[in-house]
Amino acid sequence: MSRVRVLVGTKKGAFILTADGTRENWEVSGPFFAGWEIYHMKGSPVDPDRLYASQTSGWFGQVIQRSNDGGKTWETPGGGVTVVPGEMPKGESNKFVYDVSEVSGKPLHTHQWYDGTQHPWEFKRVWHLEPSVTDAEAVYAGVEDAALFLSSDGGASWKELSGLRGHGTGPRWQPGAGGMCLHSIMIDPRNPERIYIAISAAGAFRTDDGGKTWKPINKGLFSQYIPEPTAEVGHCVHHIAMHASRPDVLFMQKHWDVMRSDNGGDQWTEVSGNLPTDFGFVIDVHAHEPETIYVVPIKSDSEHFPLEGKLRVYRSRAGGNEWEALTRGLPQRDCYVNVFRDAMAVDSLDSCGIYFGTTGGQVFISPDGGDNWSAIVQNLPAVLSVEVQTLP
Amino acid sequence: MIRVLLPAHLRTLARTGSEVTVEVIGDVTQRSVLDALEANYPMLCGTVRDHVTKERRAFLRFFACGEDLSHEAPDALLPSDVASGKEPFMIIGAIAGG
Repeated sequence: MSRVRVLVGTKKGAFILTADGTRENWEVSGPFFAGWEIYHMKGSPVDPDRLYASQTSGWFGQVIQRSNDGGKTWETPGGGVTVVPGEMPKGESNKFVYDVSEVSGKPLHTHQWYDGTQHPWEFKRVWHLEPSVTDAEAVYAGVEDAALFLSSDGGASWKELSGLRGHGTGPRWQPGAGGMCLHSIMIDPRNPERIYIAISAAGAFRTDDGGKTWKPINKGLFSQYIPEPTAEVGHCVHHIAMHASRPDVLFMQKHWDVMRSDNGGDQWTEVSGNLPTDFGFVIDVHAHEPETIYVVPIKSDSEHFPLEGKLRVYRSRAGGNEWEALTRGLPQRDCYVNVFRDAMAVDSLDSCGIYFGTTGGQVFISPDGGDNWSAIVQNLPAVLSVEVQTLP
Repeated sequence: MIRVLLPAHLRTLARTGSEVTVEVIGDVTQRSVLDALEANYPMLCGTVRDHVTKERRAFLRFFACGEDLSHEAPDALLPSDVASGKEPFMIIGAIAGG
């Protein structure tokens, strides 16, 4: 019988939740890296026991962790003891240095600050790790301040794909309230040279040549809170999702507005439809139904909790516009949690499981595509991210 | 040998106890001690000072012999009791939280 492994990043450590295919009885392991913020963990689709984790701290900065046994043990790649006297330290798994070389052709030192002035790019943390679809040793990192890095040696060293920051609009990017983070990375499984990324608050971008050149893909987005609401960049995209079988169809939860694109992001249309509020962070797609999508509406940009204290997932079976509230098993009173942008995921069992984590420390599962929900755990630290692996 | 006290999270990361010892050849300064620490424990690179600028991370402080040495120049000599191993060089996380 298949199994599922749920990777949960929280404000105070990582947890791994496992169950067989019934998803009824759960084993909880952790906390791993106790006391550190785990922004994201994700497994390689090539080798599911190869996991990557972003471990970060306001005091001590960034650390990358790697597991080769599905999360039982971890190592800091490249962090072995240096044995040759005088040799430079090898522990560079957390070394994210922006490319400002002339060789890149686009040395880029500043972006727009909150007050409209230019501000130096400063590395703060890794928000999202996206393992390659073809090579377990290759993994992309989306970082704050926004940039995309690639490791080809299992996370031991990192190189910026500087064509993204350098393509021309970089100096106009600016931080959102959560910082200027590159939080979404999606690789086209049919053509790994095509990668989509999204940045708060710059927008969505696409490369078709493996990261050398990039272009903004924000046509159709309308953001009232920026000086030019239909600008090429400056939109606060919260998350993007796609179905592997149709990688040209994208779904977006923007700051406000739920959007879709049917042409790889070249044009977006709003599909918020009858949602009670179209502010939110997460969005995801059913594993077997490419037109079935999920969001968790949040009251507003100033009140980050569900409407009326009722935690409701909304599902559209039509790719947007027509939404239904899913409430069975979710708290329907006095619930004032948030669901962060990387905190929803789906498994690929025959009856698709939907998972999400909350700032209240709950991780919920629906084993039947959203009809019924229950809490796997209820008292973890605030959940920052949730990923699911479906294992043989 | 120079004694270095680590805060709890860095002990975990380095998989060591609260105090480690490092050998420094030449002048005993913040820079030479931290160079030696990072050479012995590469996983600590970037966690005490910036990878590139080598500046102390904002929420960390350096203490020794009852003094706050955080704002001393990186190449200033550390107290002789640190150089002799009598007193530790302490890396401390700033107190924060509620």
